[in-house]
Amino acid sequence: MGQLKNFFASRWGIIGVGAFIGVLAPLLQKWGNPGNMGICVACFERDIAGAVGLQRAAVVQYMRPEIIGFVLGSLIAALLFKEFRARTGSAPIVRFVLGAFAMIGALVFLGCPWRALLRLAGGDGNALFGIAGLIFGIWIGTLFLKSGYNLGRSEKTHTSVGWLLPLTMLGFLVLMLIFPQINGEPKSGILFYSLKGPGAMHAPLLISLLVGLAVGFVAQRSRFCTMGAFRDLILFRQAHLFWGLLSLVVVAFFTNLIVGQFHPGFVNQPVANTMEVWNFLGMVLAGLAFALAGGCPGRQLFLAGEGDGDAAVFVLGMIVGAGFAHNFALASSPTGVGPHGIAATIIGLLVCLFIGFTMRKKIA
Amino acid sequence: MSTIVDAQGLSCPQPVLMTMDEIKKASQGEIEILVDTHTSKENVSRAAESKGWEVKSVREEGEGYRITIIRS
Repeated sequence: MGQLKNFFASRWGIIGVGAFIGVLAPLLQKWGNPGNMGICVACFERDIAGAVGLQRAAVVQYMRPEIIGFVLGSLIAALLFKEFRARTGSAPIVRFVLGAFAMIGALVFLGCPWRALLRLAGGDGNALFGIAGLIFGIWIGTLFLKSGYNLGRSEKTHTSVGWLLPLTMLGFLVLMLIFPQINGEPKSGILFYSLKGPGAMHAPLLISLLVGLAVGFVAQRSRFCTMGAFRDLILFRQAHLFWGLLSLVVVAFFTNLIVGQFHPGFVNQPVANTMEVWNFLGMVLAGLAFALAGGCPGRQLFLAGEGDGDAAVFVLGMIVGAGFAHNFALASSPTGVGPHGIAATIIGLLVCLFIGFTMRKKIA
Repeated sequence: MSTIVDAQGLSCPQPVLMTMDEIKKASQGEIEILVDTHTSKENVSRAAESKGWEVKSVREEGEGYRITIIRS
């Protein structure tokens, strides 16, 4: 067990985890998930918001088992390796707001950092603008970090606090089993299911869940984080996490080639548009929000699985943010940005700057 | 006499930033860093080693760890 522990923290460990995700994400697409969306934390949390009716865009409603698996897989790893530690109290409301705007930014681009990488690995050139935006947003975040920005200390708390998000996810899974998808029906009991669009495209429940659990497990062990990959490179010239990210892109690219999912170009890419400026700025917003909150959306799920109540609040912020994104027509679509997407991106950037500039108090 | 950096309760990348600040101030000697998660323990150790410091010991203490790094 000790050796396994060391392995995941090593360079080959993180490269292995990146490769593992790089194989499984394109395969999930092969097994039914939407194009270049084998895994997308933002899109899938948005689909969950749709499944429970927090947003009613008919094409993006599905209780994604991958997200449930991420949290529970991380929980299992944390319990097994005695790393589960219930903690909270580090500016939860700020994390909620950052989560909401991170989601809004990601939905202007149409993807979280994981999907940005997977879009690139599938040949979608528009992803380059999103990734450039992500890096720029994270760079702004590192300037705040260097000037003393922090969200204060968390405190150890009741074990049950750390269990709340994993239990919520377990509850979502139970709901999915009680109200399973019915062919041709937009609703089963209290859950909404898409009949067309990305929400209607999904791998079989058991496969999605198992892949989610496996990825959650290895990501908890390795601390895989796409935001951290760029942040550590910019801030400390440290490439540890970056190796994992690079491995994901390269392996996903070859997997896509092998299974016939690599289609290079800019136009007619799946669940994407060619509005470069907003692909870029949407991800600037998301990248900055992730940097200020200390983790990409995937990492926040894994942290929540190991008992971090503040990361759990960020996750809930993202799910609620998805509600706003679709109810207020902020999210983009293959035809372009939503009617209010531009305004929301600008407001989001201003809110992040406000947070970054005003929360630079010395640590007590 | 070693310098103590208390990074307990702080999340990534704060513990590493605080350690780096101390490393910049002291070209040699001993620094003790208090952290409370495995991730911070790994990150601080990795960062110190990358700057040419040696991780002398990592002790479990209370709910966290005391990492001692040295450079002579």
